[in-house]
Amino acid sequence: MPIRALIVDDSSVMRKIVERSLRQAGIDLTEVFQAGNGAEALVVLKESAVDLILCDINMPVMDGLEFIKLLPGIENAKNVPVVMITTEGSEAHVVQALSCGARGYIRKPFTPEQVKEHVIPVLAGKS
Amino acid sequence: MKSASELLAAKVSHENWTPLIEVAVREVFDLMLGCELTVPSTAEEPTLDVTAMVGLAGKLCGVLSVRCEGKAAALMTSKMLGVALDQVGPEVADALGEVCNMVAGNFKNKIAGLSEGCMLSPPTVITGSDYTLRSQTDSPALEVRLLFEGLLIVISLQVHS
Repeated sequence: MPIRALIVDDSSVMRKIVERSLRQAGIDLTEVFQAGNGAEALVVLKESAVDLILCDINMPVMDGLEFIKLLPGIENAKNVPVVMITTEGSEAHVVQALSCGARGYIRKPFTPEQVKEHVIPVLAGKS
Repeated sequence: MKSASELLAAKVSHENWTPLIEVAVREVFDLMLGCELTVPSTAEEPTLDVTAMVGLAGKLCGVLSVRCEGKAAALMTSKMLGVALDQVGPEVADALGEVCNMVAGNFKNKIAGLSEGCMLSPPTVITGSDYTLRSQTDSPALEVRLLFEGLLIVISLQVHS
């Protein structure tokens, strides 16, 4: 299934690594949008619909948790699955992210295989 | 990322965290760059002219830094992006900052009770070697020295008590 993905991370290098990992996972990316923080991601979502959001937590301006709390009110983001990709590894962070609406959680550092393991079920609606 | 050492970490004081820092560094390079780091056999110290730093605040306060030569930083960037070394451009600082961020995050995740109680600052990257870092710390820095593709990298943690 062709996928439009939004990758939100304040590191441009990490955004590229995440995109490459998605492609290595066999995900057919037709479009990839990038944003350096939650506020930039909201601007992207005003203009464009996406099928998947991958989002860091610690970012300047607007962090990932604040951003995903706003997604239910955004037409282009309603029911779009979110997977967090972050250095924050505590169970408390995982619980908080899931309660904010995330459907997956990947800890940095990660392998492309881990991205596949977490993202494919989310896209298939199994998570 | 968790390791068997995590359970023991809470019982040791920060003077004994050096092995955990080394494990954290090795995991980042293994998973994100596909590289196995080695231990230097000599005390030779080239000019380490790129420094990335991440501040820690909360239950643990301090600064974690990663220092290396410019060519090591460029090689890390090349491996992270999966591009040839001669295609690496201005993203070197971003890449080294992200390595430092992941090392700091991976390290704190190994200390029981620290993961949720310690925040990380965005990375800062300094280019050049003619500087002195003064940190409000009363204990010596914990330091790990490893070779990445034969190039020295020095990881330091300065802890504020």
